[in-house]
Amino acid sequence: MDRIDAYPSHEYQGYKLRPGKPLPFGATLVPGGINFSIYSSAATSCTLVLFRKREQEPFVEIPFVKEFRIGDVFAMTVFGLDWEEIEYGYRMDGPWNPEDGYRFDNTKILMDPYAKLIGGREVWGVQPDWNNNYQHRGRLVADDFDWEHDQPLEKAIEDLVIYEMHVRSFTAHESSGANARKRGTFAAIIDKIPYLKALGVNCVEFLPVYEFDEFENSKINPDTGEQLYNYWGYSTVGFFAPKAGYASTGKFNMQVDEFKNLVKLLHANDIEVMLDVVFNHTAEGNERGPYISFRGLDNKTYYFNFSGTGNTLNCNHPIVRGMVLDCLRYWASEYHIDGFRFDLASILGRDQFGAPLSNPPLLEQLAYDPILAHCKLIAEAWDAGGLYQVGSFPAYNRWAEWNGKYRDSVRKFVKGETGLIGDIAQRIQGSPDLYASRGPTASVNFITAHDGFTLMDLVSYNEKHNLANGENNNDGANDNNSWNCGWEGETTDAGINALRRQQIKNFAVLMMVSQGIPMILMGDEVGRTQYGNNNTFCHDNELNWMDWTQTEKNYDLLRFFQRIIAFRHQHPILRNRYFLSHSDYLGIGVPDISFHGTQPWQPNWSDGTARTLAFMLNGDYARGGTVRDDTLYVAMNMFWDAVWFTVPELPAGMRWHIAANTGVPSPHDIWDAGSEPLLDDQRGFLLGGRSVIILVGR
Amino acid sequence: MAIDVRTSEYQDAIRLEVIGEVDGSTAPVMQERVLAAAGPDCRLLLDMSSVEYMSSAGLRVMLLLFRQISSNSGKVVLVGLSEDNKDNMTATGFLKYFSTAETLDDGITVLNNWQKGEE
Repeated sequence: MDRIDAYPSHEYQGYKLRPGKPLPFGATLVPGGINFSIYSSAATSCTLVLFRKREQEPFVEIPFVKEFRIGDVFAMTVFGLDWEEIEYGYRMDGPWNPEDGYRFDNTKILMDPYAKLIGGREVWGVQPDWNNNYQHRGRLVADDFDWEHDQPLEKAIEDLVIYEMHVRSFTAHESSGANARKRGTFAAIIDKIPYLKALGVNCVEFLPVYEFDEFENSKINPDTGEQLYNYWGYSTVGFFAPKAGYASTGKFNMQVDEFKNLVKLLHANDIEVMLDVVFNHTAEGNERGPYISFRGLDNKTYYFNFSGTGNTLNCNHPIVRGMVLDCLRYWASEYHIDGFRFDLASILGRDQFGAPLSNPPLLEQLAYDPILAHCKLIAEAWDAGGLYQVGSFPAYNRWAEWNGKYRDSVRKFVKGETGLIGDIAQRIQGSPDLYASRGPTASVNFITAHDGFTLMDLVSYNEKHNLANGENNNDGANDNNSWNCGWEGETTDAGINALRRQQIKNFAVLMMVSQGIPMILMGDEVGRTQYGNNNTFCHDNELNWMDWTQTEKNYDLLRFFQRIIAFRHQHPILRNRYFLSHSDYLGIGVPDISFHGTQPWQPNWSDGTARTLAFMLNGDYARGGTVRDDTLYVAMNMFWDAVWFTVPELPAGMRWHIAANTGVPSPHDIWDAGSEPLLDDQRGFLLGGRSVIILVGR
Repeated sequence: MAIDVRTSEYQDAIRLEVIGEVDGSTAPVMQERVLAAAGPDCRLLLDMSSVEYMSSAGLRVMLLLFRQISSNSGKVVLVGLSEDNKDNMTATGFLKYFSTAETLDDGITVLNNWQKGEE
């Protein structure tokens, strides 16, 4: 049956029109035409600006007449447009009065914040035409991707091993084996799924994949002449569109299908997909920055510090809140995304004047949203304004956090600092001191992330070496808790190199035997180096790219990571949803977790110089006592010399086997399940300096 | 953009040579011509070697056509896809739905093997 509204009621310069629907916001295909809907609280008039694909000048500008406006929403249906061939934007007229937050400028063409596909940066790194008056261009997209039977995987969060990946860095290096057009794209990741499977990770967390502008604040490094980019992409152009430059099909505007296909294939291989989302600021920069979208649409609504310098998104303004919610629902439902990690999330808990809220409506709304109900929500629980909320982030029993305390404590402990064993006991258990009411699933345990040193650099550099960033080494964190093992940077000293590998394995073991959710930084499993640079946000080169020849050169590390991750997957006692109780609630004579020193049942809590700690997990308590597992015993010796550990006695008939010992060279450092050698002396063992051992009792 | 679909016989199959670009504006013509040639149990070689570009809408029409023909027990093989089109179809997940061949003769082999598999 034909619809009445499939026919126009108005006409402008030959274009047939009709009053539009205000919802949904954005541009939507409707029978016979396209419905355009855009919000502005203070614009006095609005014009739809239509371009043919990639043309500099619009082919028509259609004003929204009075009856095309409902409340603060301009809505109009335009008939007879070929949705694939057009790009659209808006002109808004209104007051120019920066003191009061108004920055309307009708010479600017503005992108729809709800644009689902964005043109203008179709191919990564291709210099744009800066004379073009409309840089980032709204486009329409077909949303009928054939997902077949795919759904978000909804894995229990405690079962995840997260792999933090930069899309371009993963395959941009020619050693990736991808052809030139495919390098650094979503499509190239597909070819590496077998690698991820073999590594054992079951969740990939992508650094920002929303459309961003790699040329934002780009410059030439005065020392090297090298082009520096906004490479990581923590600066959003469009919240609803995947980055075209990350798609091998970007120049054909097929990035939406390409990314969906990647998600579908990762899911088919049992790997979840998490997005790192950036709602704290946008690509519009300070008041001298470009007009892309929000500034010209409704500066006062969208930004904090509206009279001054800010491009901080005003996330607890009801309008902005609605947009953030629409955005996440869209990615969860349209792209089957399994979870989100929120960059500088504490800002989402500030009010319109910047003050921290005790019950932030946005965080609460996301926690209770029906569409996001099974999505993982992970906060980077601090922001640039000095709000630090690790352990106190408003969680509503839904939010997990990047546990910055885990990173810092474990780094110091493995480096050899004293006074930490009490702290480490907390970290191993999933940080009950921080998350008492939330459980270990609140804790994302990581040693390294994109921000800071790689794992290899953490054990190779005492100081950051950021000159290549062109800021006189002033950028990047100074407090890294790193130790170079005796020489700053690369060395041919075999002893130092062996110690570095051993330290890397120590970190890997601690992450994989801790309760909570481990996260690995891309490339750490093969010793990826940034040559001491701890802030590589601007480099499109080997400082960031994964060098696939390292999978062979550093095979011993890769092998160790594969096996220690497999070990975690094999042992449910390492993946409890609730905190271990220290009690014998099954009445079997031993508690779920017990701590030990060099002598069993005698941890040296009161010894401020201690660098040794051991713990035992009784397998009967796996998953709160619902599943049977082996008993595990882990001893950590961060002293530089060997130390004798006497082990707790096992029940009759059971014996200790060695699953891993980082003090032994590869390939005897870790054993596959079932092939673990028996511990020679069942009473104890001499554990080498700076080593961790895992015993399995069965 | 214009599109042309030329129909001829190739061995015991129907060859449909598509010339032009497949996008939202040309798709209806292509759809009409292809379906006109596609009876029940038909054997089609859809010769794409003269198609430089298929847009997102074009890929969708191809998939719908393929499903329509298959549901009528017809068989269709895409012949001579350009490197770009093949890459795009792989990256976006469309290629997996289709049978493809480099040449018309290879296409006949694909059709024959297909038939043998069913018998």
